[in-house]
Order: sequence, then structure tokens, then C-alpha cells
Amino acid sequence: MKNKLNSILPPVVLVLIYFLIQLLLSKKILNPYHIQILMFACVNIMLTVSLNIVNGFTGQFCIGHAGFMSLGAYGSAIITTMLFGGMKMDPNLRIPVFLLSLLVGGILAAIVGFLIGLPTLKIKGDYLAIVTLAFGEIVRSTLRLIEPIGAARGMIGIPKITNLAWMFFFVMITLYITRNFVYSRYGRASIAIRDNEIAADAMGINTTRYKVIAFVFAAFIAGVAGGLYAHLMTFIQPDSFSFVKSNELLVYLYAGGSGSITGSVLGALVLTIIPEALRFLGNLTNWRIVIYAVILVLIMLYKPSGLFGGKEISFLRINRDSFRKPFNKFNDPKLADKQNS
Amino acid sequence: MKNKSILLSVLVVLSLLISTFSVGAIDPGETIKIGVVCPISGSAAIAGKYIINGVKLLDEEIKAAGGVERDGVFYPVEFIFEDNEAKEDITANAYQKLIYQDDVLAILGPDMSKTILAAGPIAQAAGVPNVGTFPTNTAVTEIGDYIFRACFIDPFQGQAAATYAWEAGYKTAGVLFNNADAYSKGLYEFFKLTFESLGGKVVEAQAYSGSDVKDYNVQLTKINAANPDCIFMPNLLSEVGLQIQQARSIGITAPLIGGDSWDTPEVTQIAGPKNIEGSVYVAAFSAENPDPIAQDFVNRFKEAFNGDLPNSNATLAYEAGKMIVEGIVNSETLDRAGVRDAIAQIKDLQLPSGTLTVGPDRNPIKGASVMRYDENGISRFLTIVNP
Repeated sequence: MKNKLNSILPPVVLVLIYFLIQLLLSKKILNPYHIQILMFACVNIMLTVSLNIVNGFTGQFCIGHAGFMSLGAYGSAIITTMLFGGMKMDPNLRIPVFLLSLLVGGILAAIVGFLIGLPTLKIKGDYLAIVTLAFGEIVRSTLRLIEPIGAARGMIGIPKITNLAWMFFFVMITLYITRNFVYSRYGRASIAIRDNEIAADAMGINTTRYKVIAFVFAAFIAGVAGGLYAHLMTFIQPDSFSFVKSNELLVYLYAGGSGSITGSVLGALVLTIIPEALRFLGNLTNWRIVIYAVILVLIMLYKPSGLFGGKEISFLRINRDSFRKPFNKFNDPKLADKQNS
Repeated sequence: MKNKSILLSVLVVLSLLISTFSVGAIDPGETIKIGVVCPISGSAAIAGKYIINGVKLLDEEIKAAGGVERDGVFYPVEFIFEDNEAKEDITANAYQKLIYQDDVLAILGPDMSKTILAAGPIAQAAGVPNVGTFPTNTAVTEIGDYIFRACFIDPFQGQAAATYAWEAGYKTAGVLFNNADAYSKGLYEFFKLTFESLGGKVVEAQAYSGSDVKDYNVQLTKINAANPDCIFMPNLLSEVGLQIQQARSIGITAPLIGGDSWDTPEVTQIAGPKNIEGSVYVAAFSAENPDPIAQDFVNRFKEAFNGDLPNSNATLAYEAGKMIVEGIVNSETLDRAGVRDAIAQIKDLQLPSGTLTVGPDRNPIKGASVMRYDENGISRFLTIVNP
């Protein structure tokens, strides 16, 4: 019963938040500026959560995540803008084409993730970081050379389809499937690899296989997020997906707490909002980024494992008895009570 | 499913609500807010510093005059500076804040094509006039009728160079250009168009393709055989140095003309001061321009900012501000649409870099500085051309 409530409650809460936002918008307490920040935060949440699967749960160090995002952005923008006419698209086709384009963007990123992951995920630690960094730069430099998609000048005229409802919908789906992934056989294998790769190997876990699965899964979500970003910005350019973007995602991840889905959500949300919230400084606007950095340093000093390191809110935690106490049922207080009575 | 349809219907109603919401006209004497979007932090912070200084100079000028005068009423102007970190998404945020939170009348900046391409549609959708300072990509003003720019687009340099060549008395011209490069090709096409419409003739146009070409002797010999009065070489920085050197070594004495890619000391280093002496090129702005408006601007800028000379970023930011102010002064109704209409009709506005007229495609037709290399290979201001 409680489990059921747990799975119904979050979507309901999200829908309520959505209606609250709409109410505040109509009362002019919120304006399109706030909505846009929220939408960027949602894109960043999806990207951070997907990065968390690789960095936080599987213990690999990927610093080229923006590369997957750009593949998704370009993949989906090509579908909507070049194949279906962009702005001039038939209004009835908009939504199906949009969803198709996101799927294509995600699959494109996933395929490339697979091709990159297969040979490179045999590499460990710092070396993998270098390879993923190089991957991100390869994607960016290649996109800069392809003339039909605008080369270095970027792609313009992408229809603006992404709105807050879609963003909430996709964030919800992302959180849901990520949670299920983490608590599935694959997720537990990934966590085992993170905690001790040699031990995991010895236990019979095919480490490369599970690392590739986690990598491809993360790439797919990043690709979809990239597609949403493209249809929010209406303009994409290879240089917006440079290692600077990858670095931002790493900051969101570690400030929020790696290995925690809640942490990724909170990290991306808070750190996307802070720089905008600091605009109230007015003429001291030069200090905005300095203060942002100081806040970041303080978070890491007082919460070295991030805001939510290792913890989850209840929706993102599966309360299965077997999961918590897998082997020793005599230690289970509930069972012990039953035996005593 | 049902939830979804409710969500969508609420959204539709809401978007209708938003679209009917717009800023009314400004009352007489009320403060006019103008948003300035520029890179205060991030990779382009130096450009941002110059942009801010350019706008600050205009701000002081307006304050000293007691505001902007329109129909006998003085309106104080407040410039609201927003950082865009030279990033597209942050620029979009800055635009949204200025439009929906600060209710600005117009937006000045940003300086890069990529940032205005990302955020311009927001200004266009909200109906806020937007004057970019230095975005040269032709697609920028194609966003919509609310988007303007203060800088000239690349092909315009060809027009300016042709006007200079004709005014300098040259009747025939030869051209050496790179047909694999959009910049070079655009400049050549506009040069030919303007020069021939003025009455001149391009007697020999020689093309090469790719920047890996290092030997231009074949093309230069052919151009020399046609014996033109001047030679236009609108090519990339890495190519022009060698071209100048090779042209002089095969005995070409005709004056050489270039675009703003020549505006760097490296060209002299490769070509050699002797070879480059007497060559001219087109630049956006020169602080040496003796025009009283330009000198007044340069001197005030130097005085205000510790002897710092204004560069193109500062000048274009100042001029973009001037365009908006001119739009306010001439607007029929003092609201966003009124200012837009007035900016679109700007004609012969006197600015530090020359007179400016806003063209039908919202790109400025404005003066360009012609620079000449002296015997030491240093570029000096020669004249202003107003096509």
C-alpha cells in the first residue's frame, strides 16, 4: 500500500507544482523569465542525472558528456528542421515529429555511446577521462565541419516546441527509469563495479558489459535532453557543447552529491538558479560569477560529499526488505519480533 | 491522458494571456529603461568592458543633457547591464529578464552573432527593438523586423572599398580572391557590383581555392598583364601577407586594397614594410579619424577611462545606443513598436565612424574608415568613405 502511494504521489505532486506555477504566472508573480530558467534547470537535471549513472553509480569518469548532448540536439534538430520543414511544419505533425526527433536524437547519442564505450571502457580511471574529453572535442570539431547543418555558424530556425509541460514530463520519466535502472540487476552490477571493480569481476560480473550498458543508457538520456535543449533555444552551435558545458555538468553532479539521484536534481536546480538569482546585484553584476564560485566553494567545504551525497528522498529509494537486508534474516528486527511473540 | 489534455489546455489559455500582455506607452517624463546585454564575465570579458564603457559614455552624455528630449519633454534614461557570459543560454535568460522583469523599451547588444541568434527570437516574439553591436553574420537581422545591428556586414566592405577606389581616381581594377571562402567571395562580389555601377571596370578577376595555397604568381601575373589601376585582395590574414610580397616581387606597382582582415600587424611582418607601403584597407573605425564628431568621441572616451582609446567594440556599443536614442526621439508613439519604426527609418545619423542610414534589410549603410600603411608599415587613417 505504502509502495503504491509512493509511486503515485510524485507525479501528482509534480502536476500540482505545474498548476501552481501556472497560477502564479497568471497572477504575474512569475513571468516567462522564471519559466525559462526552470526549463534550463530541467535540461540540466536530465543531463546531470544521466552523467550520474556513469560517474556516480558506475564509478567511471566521463568528462565529455556534452558530446552526447550535442549529438542529440543536432539529431533531433535535423529531423524537425531539415526533414519536416521547421517553422512551416503542419501544426498537427508538430508533436509526433517532435517526439520522433527526440527519440532519434537519443538513439543517435546511444549508438555513438556504444561505439565509443566498447573500446574505451576497458580503460580505467584517469585514462578514461582523457578519452571521453577527446571524444567530446571530436564531436564538436566534426560538427563544425559539416556544411549542410551550418558548420561552425550553427543551425538556426529550429521550431520552439519545448515547453514547461514537456520538460516536467521528460524529467519525470528520466527520474523514474533512472531509479528503476539503479535498483535493477544492471544498476546493482554497476554499483558493484564502482565499489570494487576487481571484486565485481571475481564475483562473475562482466564489468565491461555493464559499464557499456550504463554508458549507452546515460548517452541516450543526454541525447534526449540535447533534443529538448535544441527545441528550447531554437539555435544550436557546436561550440555551445564544448568541454565548458561538460564541466558545468560535473560541477552540478559533485555539488549535488554523486551517487544520489536526488543530489543530481538538487545540484542542477540550485546551481542553474543561483547565477540568475544573483542578477539582483544590479550594478555589482561584475561580482555575480565571483559570488557564485564562492557559494560553490562553501558547499564543497561544508558538504564534501555534495548536498545529498549518498542519500535519496523516498520516491527515489526502493524500500524492499530484500534490498536492505539481503542475507541475514535473523538480524531483521521485524522478523525477530515475530519470533518472540 | 486526461491530465495531459488538461495540462495542454491550461497552457493554451496561458499563452493567450501572455500574448495579450504588452507594455504600454511611456508617460511624459517617465524614466526610459534600456537593457544592455554584453559579456561581463567569461571568455569575452574584455570586449564586454569596452562595450560597457561605450554605453557609459553615452549615459553621461544623456545625463549632462538632462535626458533624451522628445517633443519638448525630457526623459531620463536608465541603462540596465546584464551579463551574458558569452553563452547562448545565458543570453536568452538575460533577454527574458530584461523584457519581462525590467520592462525595458529596447535592448542594446550583444556583440556576438551566436548569442544574438539564440536570443534575438525572444526579442522579436516580444516585440522589443534590439540593436546588436558587432554581430556580422548575415542571418542576424533575418530573425525579424525588430532586430538591427550597428556594425556593417562583411560584404559591405567590398562596397566601401569600391567607393574608395572610384573616389581615388582608379578606373580599372584587378581582383585576387579565394573562392572557397565566403568572406573573400562576398567582398569580391560586392566590390565588382559597386565599382562597375560607379563606372569603373574589373578587368581581371583571378580566383584560387583553399587557404593552403602559398604561391599566387600565376594569378598575379595574369592580373598584371591586364594592367589595372588598382588591385583588390579581400583575403584572409594568413594569405594577404604572402600575396603582397609576391605581387611586389613580380613587379606589380599598382596600389593594393584590402578588407578588415588586413587590420593586424602580422600582415606587415610577413609582407615587409617596403612592400606594403601605400596599400590601403577598409576598417570599421579608427581613433585617428580627424572628423570632429569622431575626435570628440575619442577625447571624451580617453578622458573618462584613463587615456584608454576606444576600440571597435566600444564605438559600436556607443553607436548602437545612439541609434536607439535616435529611435526614441523620432518615435511617433513612445512604445516598443514606435521606437522600432523610428530606428528603421534612421537616415544620415552623424556618428563617430561616419554617417549611418538604416537599410531596408535593417543592416546599416554607414561610413567606413580607410587606413593606409606608411613607410614603417604602420597603418594610418587616410579617409572616410560614405557609400
